[in-house]
Amino acid sequence: MAVILKTQDLNKVYRLGGFIRGTRIQALDNVNLSVESDRPVIIAVVGESGSGKTTLAKTLLRLEIPTSGSATVYDKLVAGKGAEHLHKSFLRLVQPIFQNPFEAFSRYRPVDSYLRETAIRVAGHDPSQAQDAVANALESVGLEYRDVVGKYTNQFSGGELQRVSVARALIPEPSLIIADEPVSMIDASRRMIIINLFRKLRDEAGRSFLYITHDLATAYYISDFIAVMKKGKVVEFGEAQKVMSDPQHDYTKLLLDSIPTIRSRWRTRSAA
Amino acid sequence: MIRISDLVISYRTGRGTINAVDGLSIGIPDGCIVGVAGESGCGKSTLMKAVYGDIVSPMSLTGGSIDYGFSDRNGKPVTSATVTRQWFRTLSYIPQSSMNSLNPVIRIREQFIDFPGIDSNKKRVLEQAREYIQKLGLPVEAIDSYPHQLSGGMRQRMMIALATFFQPQLIIADEPTTALDVVVQKEILLLLMELQEQMGNSILIVSHDMGVHYQVTKRMLIMYAAKAVEYGDTDSVFNKPLHPYTRMLIGSLPTIGDDRARHGIPGSPPSLWGDLHGCRFADRCPLATERCRNEEPPLVEHKPEHFAACHFAGQELTKMEGGKWQ
Repeated sequence: MAVILKTQDLNKVYRLGGFIRGTRIQALDNVNLSVESDRPVIIAVVGESGSGKTTLAKTLLRLEIPTSGSATVYDKLVAGKGAEHLHKSFLRLVQPIFQNPFEAFSRYRPVDSYLRETAIRVAGHDPSQAQDAVANALESVGLEYRDVVGKYTNQFSGGELQRVSVARALIPEPSLIIADEPVSMIDASRRMIIINLFRKLRDEAGRSFLYITHDLATAYYISDFIAVMKKGKVVEFGEAQKVMSDPQHDYTKLLLDSIPTIRSRWRTRSAA
Repeated sequence: MIRISDLVISYRTGRGTINAVDGLSIGIPDGCIVGVAGESGCGKSTLMKAVYGDIVSPMSLTGGSIDYGFSDRNGKPVTSATVTRQWFRTLSYIPQSSMNSLNPVIRIREQFIDFPGIDSNKKRVLEQAREYIQKLGLPVEAIDSYPHQLSGGMRQRMMIALATFFQPQLIIADEPTTALDVVVQKEILLLLMELQEQMGNSILIVSHDMGVHYQVTKRMLIMYAAKAVEYGDTDSVFNKPLHPYTRMLIGSLPTIGDDRARHGIPGSPPSLWGDLHGCRFADRCPLATERCRNEEPPLVEHKPEHFAACHFAGQELTKMEGGKWQ
Protein backbone atom coordinates (compact mmCIF):
# COMPACT_ATOMS: atom_id res chain seq x y z
CA MET A 1 0.00 0.00 0.00
CA ALA A 2 1.35 3.37 -0.97
CA VAL A 3 1.27 6.31 1.35
CA ILE A 4 -0.21 8.88 -0.98
CA LEU A 5 -0.15 11.83 1.35
CA LYS A 6 1.19 12.17 4.85
CA THR A 7 1.60 15.25 6.97
CA GLN A 8 3.29 15.23 10.35
CA ASP A 9 2.53 17.93 12.90
CA LEU A 10 2.21 20.47 10.15
CA ASN A 11 1.95 24.02 11.52
CA LYS A 12 1.72 27.32 9.78
CA VAL A 13 1.56 30.63 11.62
CA TYR A 14 0.95 33.88 9.81
CA ARG A 15 2.02 37.06 11.57
CA LEU A 16 -0.12 40.12 11.04
CA GLY A 17 0.65 43.70 11.94
CA GLY A 18 3.73 45.16 13.63
CA PHE A 19 6.55 43.42 15.40
CA ILE A 20 5.39 44.31 18.89
CA ARG A 21 1.63 44.56 18.57
CA GLY A 22 1.18 42.01 15.81
CA THR A 23 -1.25 39.13 15.99
CA ARG A 24 -0.61 35.53 15.15
CA ILE A 25 -2.94 33.45 13.05
CA GLN A 26 -2.54 29.74 13.33
CA ALA A 27 -3.62 28.71 9.83
CA LEU A 28 -2.52 25.10 10.26
CA ASP A 29 -2.61 23.64 13.73
CA ASN A 30 -0.83 20.28 14.04
CA VAL A 31 -2.27 18.78 10.91
CA ASN A 32 -1.68 15.03 10.84
CA LEU A 33 -3.10 13.36 7.79
CA SER A 34 -2.22 9.98 6.43
CA VAL A 35 -3.83 8.66 3.29
CA GLU A 36 -2.90 5.13 2.33
CA SER A 37 -4.28 3.28 -0.63
CA ASP A 38 -3.06 0.91 -3.29
CA ARG A 39 -4.85 2.77 -6.04
CA PRO A 40 -5.08 6.50 -6.87
CA VAL A 41 -7.60 8.39 -4.77
CA ILE A 42 -9.43 11.69 -4.58
CA ILE A 43 -9.08 13.35 -1.19
CA ALA A 44 -11.51 16.16 -0.45
CA VAL A 45 -10.69 18.90 2.04
CA VAL A 46 -13.76 20.81 3.19
CA GLY A 47 -14.35 23.55 5.72
CA GLU A 48 -15.49 27.14 6.15
CA SER A 49 -13.53 30.10 4.83
CA GLY A 50 -10.49 30.71 6.99
CA SER A 51 -10.28 27.10 8.08
CA GLY A 52 -6.84 26.62 6.55
CA LYS A 53 -7.70 24.50 3.53
CA THR A 54 -5.93 26.78 1.08
CA THR A 55 -2.91 27.09 3.38
CA LEU A 56 -2.69 23.30 3.41
CA ALA A 57 -2.75 23.29 -0.40
CA LYS A 58 -0.16 26.04 -0.60
CA THR A 59 2.12 24.21 1.80
CA LEU A 60 1.94 21.04 -0.27
CA LEU A 61 2.60 23.11 -3.39
CA ARG A 62 5.60 24.72 -1.69
CA LEU A 63 4.08 28.16 -2.08
CA GLU A 64 4.18 28.52 1.70
CA ILE A 65 6.92 27.26 4.01
CA PRO A 66 5.47 25.52 7.06
CA THR A 67 6.41 26.92 10.47
CA SER A 68 7.09 23.39 11.66
CA GLY A 69 6.32 19.83 10.67
CA SER A 70 6.66 18.05 7.35
CA ALA A 71 4.65 16.60 4.51
CA THR A 72 5.33 13.76 2.10
CA VAL A 73 3.65 12.81 -1.17
CA TYR A 74 4.21 9.18 -2.22
CA ASP A 75 6.97 9.01 0.41
CA LYS A 76 8.82 11.95 -1.08
CA LEU A 77 9.34 14.95 1.16
CA VAL A 78 7.65 18.08 -0.20
CA ALA A 79 7.52 20.40 2.80
CA GLY A 80 9.47 20.80 6.00
CA LYS A 81 13.14 20.44 6.91
CA GLY A 82 15.25 19.10 4.09
CA ALA A 83 12.78 19.99 1.38
CA GLU A 84 14.32 23.35 0.53
CA HIS A 85 16.16 22.39 -2.64
CA LEU A 86 13.65 20.42 -4.61
CA HIS A 87 12.69 21.71 -7.96
CA LYS A 88 12.06 19.76 -11.11
CA SER A 89 11.50 16.44 -9.44
CA PHE A 90 8.91 18.17 -7.25
CA LEU A 91 7.09 19.69 -10.22
CA ARG A 92 6.73 16.20 -11.65
CA LEU A 93 5.27 15.00 -8.37
CA VAL A 94 2.68 17.66 -7.52
CA GLN A 95 0.85 20.03 -9.86
CA PRO A 96 -1.81 22.66 -9.12
CA ILE A 97 -5.14 23.65 -10.62
CA PHE A 98 -6.37 27.01 -9.38
CA GLN A 99 -9.80 28.43 -8.75
CA ASN A 100 -10.04 30.98 -11.50
CA PRO A 101 -8.56 29.87 -14.82
CA PHE A 102 -8.82 33.42 -16.17
CA GLU A 103 -6.34 34.52 -13.52
CA ALA A 104 -4.13 31.47 -13.88
CA PHE A 105 -3.30 32.29 -17.50
CA SER A 106 -2.21 35.71 -18.70
CA ARG A 107 -4.61 37.21 -21.17
CA TYR A 108 -1.77 38.56 -23.29
CA ARG A 109 -0.37 35.16 -24.20
CA PRO A 110 -1.98 32.32 -26.11
CA VAL A 111 -2.79 29.58 -23.62
CA ASP A 112 -1.02 26.84 -25.58
CA SER A 113 2.31 28.59 -24.91
CA TYR A 114 1.88 27.68 -21.23
CA LEU A 115 1.26 24.08 -22.13
CA ARG A 116 4.25 23.99 -24.45
CA GLU A 117 6.55 25.50 -21.85
CA THR A 118 5.35 23.09 -19.21
CA ALA A 119 6.13 20.23 -21.59
CA ILE A 120 9.64 21.49 -22.31
CA ARG A 121 10.74 22.98 -19.02
CA VAL A 122 8.93 20.88 -16.45
CA ALA A 123 8.28 17.55 -18.12
CA GLY A 124 11.61 17.69 -19.96
CA HIS A 125 10.29 16.91 -23.41
CA ASP A 126 12.35 17.70 -26.44
CA PRO A 127 10.94 20.84 -28.18
CA SER A 128 10.15 18.77 -31.23
CA GLN A 129 8.02 16.38 -29.19
CA ALA A 130 6.40 18.99 -26.99
CA GLN A 131 3.45 19.36 -29.31
CA ASP A 132 2.58 15.67 -29.04
CA ALA A 133 2.69 15.84 -25.26
CA VAL A 134 0.42 18.90 -25.29
CA ALA A 135 -1.97 17.28 -27.75
CA ASN A 136 -2.15 14.12 -25.66
CA ALA A 137 -2.86 16.04 -22.49
CA LEU A 138 -5.57 18.07 -24.20
CA GLU A 139 -7.11 14.93 -25.61
CA SER A 140 -7.38 13.39 -22.16
CA VAL A 141 -9.49 16.36 -21.01
CA GLY A 142 -11.70 16.18 -24.09
CA LEU A 143 -10.25 19.07 -26.08
CA GLU A 144 -8.54 19.09 -29.44
CA TYR A 145 -5.17 20.64 -30.03
CA ARG A 146 -6.30 22.59 -33.08
CA ASP A 147 -9.20 24.15 -31.13
CA VAL A 148 -6.82 25.49 -28.49
CA VAL A 149 -3.69 26.50 -30.35
CA GLY A 150 -3.16 30.24 -30.77
CA LYS A 151 -6.20 31.20 -28.70
CA TYR A 152 -6.26 33.68 -25.83
CA THR A 153 -8.15 33.31 -22.58
CA ASN A 154 -11.04 35.51 -23.66
CA GLN A 155 -11.84 33.08 -26.47
CA PHE A 156 -12.72 30.30 -24.03
CA SER A 157 -15.61 29.75 -21.68
CA GLY A 158 -14.74 29.21 -18.00
CA GLY A 159 -15.32 25.47 -18.24
CA GLU A 160 -13.16 25.03 -21.32
CA LEU A 161 -10.35 27.10 -19.89
CA GLN A 162 -10.45 25.14 -16.65
CA ARG A 163 -10.07 21.97 -18.72
CA VAL A 164 -7.04 23.54 -20.39
CA SER A 165 -5.53 24.16 -16.97
CA VAL A 166 -6.23 20.54 -16.02
CA ALA A 167 -4.43 19.52 -19.23
CA ARG A 168 -1.48 21.72 -18.28
CA ALA A 169 -1.26 20.05 -14.89
CA LEU A 170 -1.27 16.61 -16.57
CA ILE A 171 1.70 17.23 -18.87
CA PRO A 172 4.46 16.46 -16.30
CA GLU A 173 2.49 13.32 -15.32
CA PRO A 174 2.30 14.23 -11.63
CA SER A 175 1.29 11.73 -8.97
CA LEU A 176 -0.86 14.23 -7.11
CA ILE A 177 -2.87 17.13 -8.50
CA ILE A 178 -3.97 19.79 -6.03
CA ALA A 179 -7.18 21.46 -7.14
CA ASP A 180 -8.15 24.49 -5.05
CA GLU A 181 -11.85 25.24 -5.57
CA PRO A 182 -11.61 24.20 -9.24
CA VAL A 183 -15.33 24.49 -10.03
CA SER A 184 -16.55 27.42 -7.97
CA MET A 185 -16.12 29.82 -10.90
CA ILE A 186 -17.84 27.51 -13.36
CA ASP A 187 -21.52 27.51 -14.27
CA ALA A 188 -23.62 24.88 -12.56
CA SER A 189 -24.54 23.27 -15.87
CA ARG A 190 -20.92 22.54 -16.73
CA ARG A 191 -19.50 21.93 -13.28
CA MET A 192 -20.08 18.20 -13.46
CA ILE A 193 -18.02 17.95 -16.66
CA ILE A 194 -14.91 18.96 -14.70
CA ILE A 195 -15.85 16.83 -11.70
CA ASN A 196 -16.39 13.75 -13.88
CA LEU A 197 -13.08 14.48 -15.58
CA PHE A 198 -11.26 14.19 -12.23
CA ARG A 199 -12.89 10.85 -11.68
CA LYS A 200 -11.90 9.66 -15.15
CA LEU A 201 -8.30 10.81 -14.66
CA ARG A 202 -8.14 8.97 -11.36
CA ASP A 203 -9.45 5.74 -12.85
CA GLU A 204 -7.80 5.83 -16.28
CA ALA A 205 -4.65 7.91 -15.91
CA GLY A 206 -3.89 6.97 -12.32
CA ARG A 207 -3.68 10.48 -10.89
CA SER A 208 -4.53 11.24 -7.29
CA PHE A 209 -6.26 14.48 -6.42
CA LEU A 210 -6.48 16.72 -3.41
CA TYR A 211 -9.81 18.44 -4.01
CA ILE A 212 -10.31 21.55 -1.93
CA THR A 213 -13.86 22.79 -1.81
CA HIS A 214 -16.64 24.16 0.29
CA ASP A 215 -19.21 22.23 -1.72
CA LEU A 216 -19.90 19.07 0.24
CA ALA A 217 -22.20 17.59 -2.37
CA THR A 218 -19.53 17.40 -5.07
CA ALA A 219 -17.02 16.25 -2.43
CA TYR A 220 -19.33 13.37 -1.59
CA TYR A 221 -19.81 12.62 -5.27
CA ILE A 222 -16.16 12.15 -6.23
CA SER A 223 -13.97 11.66 -3.24
CA ASP A 224 -12.64 8.52 -1.62
CA PHE A 225 -11.45 10.26 1.52
CA ILE A 226 -12.58 13.46 3.15
CA ALA A 227 -10.92 15.76 5.65
CA VAL A 228 -13.03 18.35 7.47
CA MET A 229 -11.06 21.37 8.66
CA LYS A 230 -11.94 24.02 11.17
CA LYS A 231 -9.68 26.79 12.43
CA GLY A 232 -6.53 25.10 11.17
CA LYS A 233 -7.33 21.70 12.67
CA VAL A 234 -8.50 18.59 10.90
CA VAL A 235 -11.54 17.77 12.99
CA GLU A 236 -12.65 14.70 11.09
CA PHE A 237 -10.99 12.47 8.55
CA GLY A 238 -12.04 9.21 6.96
CA GLU A 239 -13.65 7.51 4.03
CA ALA A 240 -15.99 9.95 2.32
CA GLN A 241 -19.07 7.73 2.42
CA LYS A 242 -18.58 7.01 6.10
CA VAL A 243 -17.93 10.59 7.16
CA MET A 244 -20.91 11.90 5.23
CA SER A 245 -23.39 9.23 6.27
CA ASP A 246 -22.29 9.03 9.90
CA PRO A 247 -20.48 12.21 10.92
CA GLN A 248 -18.87 12.06 14.34
CA HIS A 249 -17.75 15.61 14.94
CA ASP A 250 -20.32 18.31 15.72
CA TYR A 251 -18.83 20.63 13.15
CA THR A 252 -19.23 18.06 10.36
CA LYS A 253 -22.84 17.61 11.44
CA LEU A 254 -23.37 21.37 11.34
CA LEU A 255 -21.83 21.62 7.88
CA LEU A 256 -23.96 18.79 6.54
CA ASP A 257 -27.06 20.32 8.09
CA SER A 258 -26.36 23.69 6.47
CA ILE A 259 -26.16 22.51 2.86
CA PRO A 260 -29.11 23.80 0.87
CA THR A 261 -30.32 20.52 -0.62
CA ILE A 262 -33.12 19.98 -3.06
CA ARG A 263 -34.56 17.18 -0.96
CA SER A 264 -35.96 18.61 2.23
CA ARG A 265 -36.60 22.18 3.26
CA TRP A 266 -35.28 24.09 6.22
CA ARG A 267 -37.77 25.32 8.77
CA THR A 268 -37.89 28.96 9.74
CA ARG A 269 -38.35 29.78 13.41
CA SER A 270 -41.97 30.81 12.91
CA ALA A 271 -42.81 27.63 11.01
CA ALA A 272 -41.10 25.34 13.49
CA MET B 1 -48.14 42.51 -8.51
CA ILE B 2 -45.15 43.62 -10.53
CA ARG B 3 -45.64 43.12 -14.23
CA ILE B 4 -42.66 42.97 -16.51
CA SER B 5 -43.78 43.03 -20.12
CA ASP B 6 -41.66 42.41 -23.16
CA LEU B 7 -38.65 43.94 -21.47
CA VAL B 8 -35.60 44.56 -23.66
CA ILE B 9 -32.43 45.84 -22.00
CA SER B 10 -29.43 46.53 -24.17
CA TYR B 11 -25.83 47.55 -23.76
CA ARG B 12 -24.22 49.95 -26.19
CA THR B 13 -20.66 48.98 -27.02
CA GLY B 14 -18.06 49.88 -29.61
CA ARG B 15 -19.22 46.95 -31.72
CA GLY B 16 -22.89 47.87 -31.64
CA THR B 17 -25.74 47.15 -29.29
CA ILE B 18 -26.42 43.84 -27.64
CA ASN B 19 -29.61 42.76 -25.91
CA ALA B 20 -28.75 41.29 -22.53
CA VAL B 21 -32.43 40.83 -21.68
CA ASP B 22 -34.44 40.16 -24.79
CA GLY B 23 -38.23 40.28 -24.58
CA LEU B 24 -38.93 39.02 -21.08
CA SER B 25 -42.48 39.00 -19.69
CA ILE B 26 -43.39 37.76 -16.23
CA GLY B 27 -45.67 38.75 -13.39
CA ILE B 28 -44.38 38.74 -9.81
CA PRO B 29 -47.19 38.34 -7.27
CA ASP B 30 -47.10 40.33 -4.03
CA GLY B 31 -45.52 38.74 -0.99
CA CYS B 32 -43.60 36.16 -2.96
CA ILE B 33 -39.92 35.19 -3.02
CA VAL B 34 -38.91 34.74 -6.63
CA GLY B 35 -35.61 33.10 -7.53
CA VAL B 36 -33.71 33.82 -10.72
CA ALA B 37 -31.21 31.26 -12.01
CA GLY B 38 -29.18 30.80 -15.14
CA GLU B 39 -25.64 30.66 -16.51
CA SER B 40 -23.29 33.58 -16.13
CA GLY B 41 -24.04 36.06 -18.87
CA CYS B 42 -27.67 35.00 -19.24
CA GLY B 43 -28.91 38.43 -18.19
CA LYS B 44 -30.01 37.79 -14.61
CA SER B 45 -28.02 40.63 -13.06
CA THR B 46 -29.06 42.96 -15.88
CA LEU B 47 -32.68 42.11 -15.16
CA MET B 48 -32.12 42.87 -11.47
CA LYS B 49 -30.56 46.22 -12.30
CA ALA B 50 -33.44 47.08 -14.59
CA VAL B 51 -36.04 46.22 -11.95
CA TYR B 52 -34.10 48.25 -9.41
CA GLY B 53 -34.12 51.14 -11.86
CA ASP B 54 -30.36 51.44 -11.93
CA ILE B 55 -30.30 52.00 -15.67
CA VAL B 56 -27.24 54.03 -16.60
CA SER B 57 -25.21 54.19 -19.78
CA PRO B 58 -24.09 51.98 -21.53
CA MET B 59 -27.16 50.09 -20.37
CA SER B 60 -30.54 51.23 -21.65
CA LEU B 61 -34.16 50.18 -21.57
CA THR B 62 -34.90 49.74 -25.25
CA GLY B 63 -38.29 48.13 -25.13
CA GLY B 64 -41.13 46.97 -22.96
CA SER B 65 -41.99 48.22 -19.51
CA ILE B 66 -42.03 47.40 -15.83
CA ASP B 67 -45.26 48.10 -13.99
CA TYR B 68 -44.39 48.13 -10.30
CA GLY B 69 -47.97 48.29 -9.04
CA PHE B 70 -47.18 50.76 -6.26
CA SER B 71 -47.50 54.51 -6.25
CA ASP B 72 -45.28 57.30 -4.97
CA ARG B 73 -46.10 59.96 -2.35
CA ASN B 74 -48.25 61.93 -4.76
CA GLY B 75 -50.26 58.88 -5.66
CA LYS B 76 -48.76 58.54 -9.12
CA PRO B 77 -47.84 55.02 -10.22
CA VAL B 78 -44.13 54.30 -10.08
CA THR B 79 -42.46 53.69 -13.42
CA SER B 80 -38.92 52.90 -14.52
CA ALA B 81 -38.27 56.64 -14.83
CA THR B 82 -39.28 57.48 -11.26
CA VAL B 83 -38.34 54.30 -9.43
CA THR B 84 -34.96 55.64 -8.31
CA ARG B 85 -36.81 57.98 -5.91
CA GLN B 86 -38.24 54.94 -4.16
CA TRP B 87 -34.85 53.43 -3.34
CA PHE B 88 -34.62 52.18 0.23
CA ARG B 89 -38.21 53.25 0.89
CA THR B 90 -40.30 50.90 -1.21
CA LEU B 91 -37.51 49.19 -3.08
CA SER B 92 -34.14 48.10 -1.80
CA TYR B 93 -31.12 46.14 -2.81
CA ILE B 94 -28.85 43.62 -1.10
CA PRO B 95 -25.63 43.26 -3.06
CA GLN B 96 -23.29 40.29 -3.20
CA SER B 97 -20.26 41.83 -1.63
CA SER B 98 -21.14 43.65 1.55
CA MET B 99 -17.55 44.78 2.05
CA ASN B 100 -17.65 46.76 -1.16
CA SER B 101 -21.07 48.20 -0.44
CA LEU B 102 -20.62 49.63 3.02
CA ASN B 103 -18.59 52.80 3.21
CA PRO B 104 -15.31 51.73 4.83
CA VAL B 105 -14.36 55.13 6.28
CA ILE B 106 -17.50 56.02 8.23
CA ARG B 107 -19.20 54.19 11.06
CA ILE B 108 -22.22 52.07 10.20
CA ARG B 109 -24.56 54.27 12.25
CA GLU B 110 -23.87 57.18 9.91
CA GLN B 111 -24.82 54.97 6.99
CA PHE B 112 -28.15 54.22 8.66
CA ILE B 113 -29.13 57.89 8.75
CA ASP B 114 -27.59 58.77 5.42
CA PHE B 115 -30.81 58.73 3.39
CA PRO B 116 -32.38 61.69 1.67
CA GLY B 117 -35.74 62.70 3.09
CA ILE B 118 -35.35 60.74 6.29
CA ASP B 119 -37.06 61.76 9.53
CA SER B 120 -35.28 64.96 10.62
CA ASN B 121 -34.90 63.67 14.16
CA LYS B 122 -31.77 61.61 13.54
CA LYS B 123 -31.52 60.51 17.17
CA ARG B 124 -34.90 58.87 17.00
CA VAL B 125 -34.01 57.09 13.76
CA LEU B 126 -30.79 55.85 15.28
CA GLU B 127 -32.66 54.58 18.33
CA GLN B 128 -34.96 52.60 16.04
CA ALA B 129 -31.98 51.34 14.06
CA ARG B 130 -30.31 50.07 17.23
CA GLU B 131 -33.48 48.26 18.22
CA TYR B 132 -33.84 46.88 14.74
CA ILE B 133 -30.36 45.38 14.40
CA GLN B 134 -30.81 43.64 17.75
CA LYS B 135 -33.91 42.01 16.37
CA LEU B 136 -31.78 40.77 13.50
CA GLY B 137 -29.37 39.05 15.87
CA LEU B 138 -26.59 41.63 15.83
CA PRO B 139 -24.98 43.03 18.97
CA VAL B 140 -26.06 46.63 19.53
CA GLU B 141 -22.44 47.87 19.49
CA ALA B 142 -22.06 46.65 15.91
CA ILE B 143 -23.79 49.79 14.69
CA ASP B 144 -21.00 51.93 16.13
CA SER B 145 -18.23 50.03 14.37
CA TYR B 146 -16.56 50.42 11.03
CA PRO B 147 -17.32 47.77 8.40
CA HIS B 148 -13.88 46.15 8.63
CA GLN B 149 -14.42 45.41 12.32
CA LEU B 150 -17.27 43.02 11.54
CA SER B 151 -17.09 39.52 10.09
CA GLY B 152 -18.47 38.75 6.63
CA GLY B 153 -21.67 37.29 8.05
CA MET B 154 -22.24 40.27 10.34
CA ARG B 155 -21.69 42.70 7.47
CA GLN B 156 -24.18 40.82 5.33
CA ARG B 157 -26.67 40.95 8.23
CA MET B 158 -26.01 44.69 8.44
CA MET B 159 -26.72 45.04 4.71
CA ILE B 160 -29.99 43.19 5.24
CA ALA B 161 -30.77 45.49 8.16
CA LEU B 162 -30.13 48.53 5.98
CA ALA B 163 -32.16 47.13 3.13
CA THR B 164 -35.17 46.17 5.25
CA PHE B 165 -35.18 49.03 7.79
CA PHE B 166 -37.93 50.94 5.99
CA GLN B 167 -39.95 47.80 5.27
CA PRO B 168 -39.73 48.05 1.49
CA GLN B 169 -42.30 46.35 -0.69
CA LEU B 170 -39.68 44.84 -2.94
CA ILE B 171 -36.17 43.67 -2.06
CA ILE B 172 -33.70 42.71 -4.75
CA ALA B 173 -30.93 40.40 -3.58
CA ASP B 174 -28.20 39.68 -6.11
CA GLU B 175 -26.25 36.61 -4.94
CA PRO B 176 -26.59 37.70 -1.30
CA THR B 177 -24.72 34.72 0.16
CA THR B 178 -22.19 33.75 -2.50
CA ALA B 179 -19.21 35.07 -0.56
CA LEU B 180 -20.20 33.30 2.67
CA ASP B 181 -19.63 29.75 3.83
CA VAL B 182 -22.50 27.32 4.18
CA VAL B 183 -23.11 27.69 7.90
CA VAL B 184 -23.39 31.49 7.72
CA GLN B 185 -25.29 31.22 4.45
CA LYS B 186 -28.02 29.24 6.15
CA GLU B 187 -28.34 31.82 8.95
CA ILE B 188 -28.58 34.69 6.49
CA LEU B 189 -31.12 32.95 4.28
CA LEU B 190 -33.27 31.99 7.24
CA LEU B 191 -33.14 35.60 8.43
CA LEU B 192 -34.30 36.83 5.03
CA MET B 193 -37.11 34.28 4.96
CA GLU B 194 -38.27 35.23 8.45
CA LEU B 195 -38.24 38.94 7.62
CA GLN B 196 -40.21 38.25 4.47
CA GLU B 197 -42.79 36.29 6.45
CA GLN B 198 -43.19 39.18 8.90
CA MET B 199 -43.28 41.98 6.36
CA GLY B 200 -45.06 40.15 3.57
CA ASN B 201 -43.05 41.88 0.87
CA SER B 202 -41.64 40.48 -2.34
CA ILE B 203 -38.04 39.42 -2.76
CA LEU B 204 -36.24 38.82 -6.04
CA ILE B 205 -33.21 36.66 -5.36
CA VAL B 206 -30.43 35.72 -7.76
CA SER B 207 -28.27 32.73 -6.97
CA HIS B 208 -26.28 30.20 -8.92
CA ASP B 209 -26.95 27.59 -6.26
CA MET B 210 -30.09 25.63 -7.10
CA GLY B 211 -30.18 24.35 -3.53
CA VAL B 212 -30.56 27.91 -2.25
CA HIS B 213 -33.44 28.45 -4.65
CA TYR B 214 -35.19 25.31 -3.52
CA GLN B 215 -34.87 26.31 0.13
CA VAL B 216 -35.86 29.94 -0.15
CA THR B 217 -38.09 30.68 -3.13
CA LYS B 218 -41.76 30.20 -3.89
CA ARG B 219 -41.31 30.82 -7.59
CA MET B 220 -38.45 30.28 -9.97
CA LEU B 221 -37.43 32.04 -13.14
CA ILE B 222 -34.88 30.21 -15.26
CA MET B 223 -33.09 32.35 -17.81
CA TYR B 224 -30.97 31.24 -20.72
CA ALA B 225 -29.17 33.51 -23.20
CA ALA B 226 -31.19 36.66 -22.38
CA LYS B 227 -34.54 34.84 -22.49
CA ALA B 228 -36.88 33.45 -19.86
CA VAL B 229 -37.09 29.72 -20.54
CA GLU B 230 -39.13 28.59 -17.55
CA TYR B 231 -41.13 30.32 -14.85
CA GLY B 232 -43.33 28.73 -12.26
CA ASP B 233 -43.96 27.48 -8.79
CA THR B 234 -40.67 26.29 -7.23
CA ASP B 235 -41.99 22.84 -6.30
CA SER B 236 -43.37 22.36 -9.73
CA VAL B 237 -40.16 23.57 -11.43
CA PHE B 238 -38.00 21.24 -9.33
CA ASN B 239 -40.26 18.20 -9.40
CA LYS B 240 -41.66 18.46 -12.90
CA PRO B 241 -39.39 20.76 -14.90
CA LEU B 242 -40.74 21.42 -18.38
CA HIS B 243 -37.77 22.87 -20.21
CA PRO B 244 -34.88 20.50 -21.09
CA TYR B 245 -32.34 23.04 -19.80
CA THR B 246 -33.99 23.11 -16.37
CA ARG B 247 -34.19 19.33 -16.34
CA MET B 248 -30.59 18.82 -17.22
CA LEU B 249 -29.52 21.52 -14.77
CA ILE B 250 -31.42 19.95 -11.89
CA GLY B 251 -30.34 16.48 -13.01
CA SER B 252 -26.69 17.50 -12.84
CA LEU B 253 -26.76 18.38 -9.14
CA PRO B 254 -25.00 15.86 -6.93
CA THR B 255 -26.73 15.00 -3.66
CA ILE B 256 -25.28 13.47 -0.54
CA GLY B 257 -26.45 9.91 -0.20
CA ASP B 258 -27.12 9.47 -3.90
CA ASP B 259 -24.39 7.73 -5.88
CA ARG B 260 -25.92 7.91 -9.34
CA ALA B 261 -23.68 9.37 -12.03
CA ARG B 262 -24.33 13.00 -12.88
CA HIS B 263 -23.50 14.75 -16.10
CA GLY B 264 -22.97 18.36 -16.97
CA ILE B 265 -24.52 19.94 -20.04
CA PRO B 266 -21.90 19.99 -22.80
CA GLY B 267 -21.47 23.03 -25.01
CA SER B 268 -21.99 26.66 -24.17
CA PRO B 269 -24.73 29.25 -24.68
CA PRO B 270 -24.77 31.04 -28.05
CA SER B 271 -22.99 34.35 -28.37
CA LEU B 272 -25.52 37.15 -28.19
CA TRP B 273 -23.64 38.84 -31.02
CA GLY B 274 -24.49 36.09 -33.45
CA ASP B 275 -27.46 35.70 -35.69
CA LEU B 276 -29.97 34.29 -33.22
CA HIS B 277 -32.93 32.45 -34.54
CA GLY B 278 -34.96 29.59 -33.22
CA CYS B 279 -34.54 28.24 -29.71
CA ARG B 280 -31.31 29.45 -28.12
CA PHE B 281 -30.78 26.18 -26.30
CA ALA B 282 -31.12 24.06 -29.46
CA ASP B 283 -27.38 23.45 -29.87
CA ARG B 284 -27.09 21.80 -26.47
CA CYS B 285 -30.50 20.15 -26.37
CA PRO B 286 -30.93 16.41 -26.89
CA LEU B 287 -34.49 16.95 -28.12
CA ALA B 288 -33.74 19.65 -30.70
CA THR B 289 -35.26 19.27 -34.15
CA GLU B 290 -35.30 21.39 -37.30
CA ARG B 291 -38.30 23.25 -35.91
CA CYS B 292 -36.37 24.27 -32.80
CA ARG B 293 -33.55 25.69 -34.90
CA ASN B 294 -35.87 27.84 -37.00
CA GLU B 295 -38.83 28.77 -34.87
CA GLU B 296 -38.41 30.47 -31.54
CA PRO B 297 -40.63 28.92 -28.87
CA PRO B 298 -42.69 31.49 -26.94
CA LEU B 299 -43.04 31.39 -23.14
CA VAL B 300 -46.48 29.82 -22.69
CA GLU B 301 -48.43 28.52 -19.73
CA HIS B 302 -48.35 24.73 -19.89
CA LYS B 303 -49.80 24.14 -16.46
CA PRO B 304 -51.49 26.68 -14.19
CA GLU B 305 -48.81 29.19 -13.16
CA HIS B 306 -46.06 27.17 -14.82
CA PHE B 307 -44.63 28.66 -18.01
CA ALA B 308 -41.99 27.27 -20.34
CA ALA B 309 -40.52 28.28 -23.67
CA CYS B 310 -40.04 24.96 -25.46
CA HIS B 311 -41.73 23.22 -28.38
CA PHE B 312 -41.37 19.93 -26.54
CA ALA B 313 -42.08 21.11 -23.01
CA GLY B 314 -42.40 18.27 -20.57
CA GLN B 315 -41.35 15.60 -23.04
CA GLU B 316 -39.19 12.85 -21.56
CA LEU B 317 -35.50 13.19 -22.22
CA THR B 318 -35.06 9.56 -23.14
CA LYS B 319 -31.77 10.23 -24.86
CA MET B 320 -30.45 11.59 -21.63
CA GLU B 321 -30.48 8.25 -19.83
CA GLY B 322 -27.21 6.43 -20.07
CA GLY B 323 -25.38 9.65 -20.73
CA LYS B 324 -25.45 9.26 -24.52
CA TRP B 325 -25.16 12.97 -25.09
CA GLN B 326 -22.29 13.32 -22.71
